[in-house]
Amino acid sequence: MTTASLTRERGHVPFTIVNCTLFALFALVCGYPFYYLIINSISANDLSALGDIRWLPRGLHLDNYGQVLDLQGLPQAALVSFARTVIGTAATVLASAYLGFMFTQPRLWKRSFWYRAVVITMYFNAGLIPVFIIMKTLGLTNSFWVYILPLVVQPFNIILVKTFVEAMPRELQEAAEMDGAGILSVFFRIYLPNMTPILATVAIFSAVTQWNSFQDTLLYITDQSLYTLQFLLYMYINQADSLAQAAQQSGGDLSGIASAATSQTATSIRTTVAVVVVLPILFVYPLFQRYFVKGIMLGAVKG
Amino acid sequence: MAAPVQVEAVVASEAEGSPRRRGRRGAQPSHRRQSFGLFLTIVPFLVLVFLFSYFPLYGWIYSLYDYRPARGLGGSEFVGLQWFRMLVGSPTQVQQILQVMANTLAMSFLGIAASVLPLAFAVFLNEIRATWFKNLVQTLTTLPNFISWVLVYMIAFSMFSTTGMVNGTLENLGLIDEPLKFLDSDQHIWLKMALWGIWKTVGWGAILYLAAIAGIDQSLYESAKVDGAGRFQTMWHITVPQLMPTFFVLLMLSIANILNNGMEQFYVFQNAFNREHIQVLDLYVYNIGMTGNNLSLATAISMLKSVISVVLLLSVNALSKRVRGTSLV
Repeated sequence: MTTASLTRERGHVPFTIVNCTLFALFALVCGYPFYYLIINSISANDLSALGDIRWLPRGLHLDNYGQVLDLQGLPQAALVSFARTVIGTAATVLASAYLGFMFTQPRLWKRSFWYRAVVITMYFNAGLIPVFIIMKTLGLTNSFWVYILPLVVQPFNIILVKTFVEAMPRELQEAAEMDGAGILSVFFRIYLPNMTPILATVAIFSAVTQWNSFQDTLLYITDQSLYTLQFLLYMYINQADSLAQAAQQSGGDLSGIASAATSQTATSIRTTVAVVVVLPILFVYPLFQRYFVKGIMLGAVKG
Repeated sequence: MAAPVQVEAVVASEAEGSPRRRGRRGAQPSHRRQSFGLFLTIVPFLVLVFLFSYFPLYGWIYSLYDYRPARGLGGSEFVGLQWFRMLVGSPTQVQQILQVMANTLAMSFLGIAASVLPLAFAVFLNEIRATWFKNLVQTLTTLPNFISWVLVYMIAFSMFSTTGMVNGTLENLGLIDEPLKFLDSDQHIWLKMALWGIWKTVGWGAILYLAAIAGIDQSLYESAKVDGAGRFQTMWHITVPQLMPTFFVLLMLSIANILNNGMEQFYVFQNAFNREHIQVLDLYVYNIGMTGNNLSLATAISMLKSVISVVLLLSVNALSKRVRGTSLV
């Protein structure tokens, strides 16, 4: 961008100031809510309930995090969310890697037919209710596997992997086959280890999807032991009853006004659970930026 | 799904059309057996695709029955096109459908109108020289894309509820006496939903354009400079036109998706006050199917929606072929 920056030397100071200010403002609007949730979850609960914590935390304490773990159903929901993220991601990554690889194999029977049959599912959808009825017919409602199975084969990820494999040197496979390796060992020993950049992209994307998923719980699950953290958070925001009930069963009481800095209030529970939900995203976010932006760049340069 | 992802799919599927590098085909019987053996290893995955993507299409016949889950399809009464006739039959039903369509189209058009924002975001961010500032802005503005709508609603709740931070601040400043009802009201709901959508996706949407900008041939800028072009002229006459192909693809895809707003955003923001204007087609299907328990009517509607969506997609695809010479899908 050397030339472009030379052009910029010619002043336009007012433009630069306005431009930077607007971006700074928008960045603040995007970032502040996260900061707000975090400082409220660690501030004195009687202050946060009044909405008095806006810029700096006051009455610092970490008791909320210990106490939300006592909320009825929360540890279980955290476990479900964690399990679906780990298992779902592993399944999607393996399936995408294997199918992406297999669809590059000219020997595969009716290869392009099957490839098209898979990819075309990106562009149509039978609709909410028919899918719901099928899930019910298959016995997947109120089953943990409804979180995993429908998400295993994702055409978009397969396209990504396939494009990546096609750019790898064909000689890799030929050399291994000369040495007598079968197709599976070619895949597991030669290709899989060399696909890490694209699989990291698939993994992080799929993990975020799994962790954030809310609609499948809403549609297919009525069994409380299969609720996810996202679903629980939604219930805590919208249904004061379920919040009070959960708090009561764990020894708290939301009916009175918070008497002390560490006794739970509706606000403290909501913000703390929200932070628990968002924290993993914040942690993997740097990874995400690194791999996903790179993946996007690859795609864009190719196009 | 996020816009850049779709474009990448488009780019990748366009690549699929290119001549294959490998021409060898196994003709001998041993090869054929091996080739079928390979196929068997992917069968489990194909079964999943069939079960979750193709098999539900069979469920469309529920729209011809008065389906009662308890009785099963065999025990349910066959009613022919009753549900489809009902959609256009009673005035109240027609009115409801029209309202839902108005909501759906309004929010889609606001979304399409807002789709210039990521482009503008990228073009103007590119004019900032300080790399650390650019990175900081990008990090903070893409973050909302990676949280769920439930969490967005939680944020909306802590910021804008009657006891939220905005009302608190305004009261402290003495600007209002009564808390403003941002969430529990029916006012400007289309605009509010569009704004939340913008908040969540603009930064992320810009990444694709930023990548495209990084790929622009620098000699274009050099020759523009030689010709005496200023900063705004280069932005307008070089950067923006270079981004138009990407913009066009995204525009076509959002037109194809005009009926598919998704339901999650509207479901979490829905309440007794705003229901009339927040109910988009996807949410409407959910509400009458799952809450109202009329599975057949809901199936009829979602079936019509799916068919129209596919027709739209094929149309914009044909349009794209004519205008750009390449297809979208």
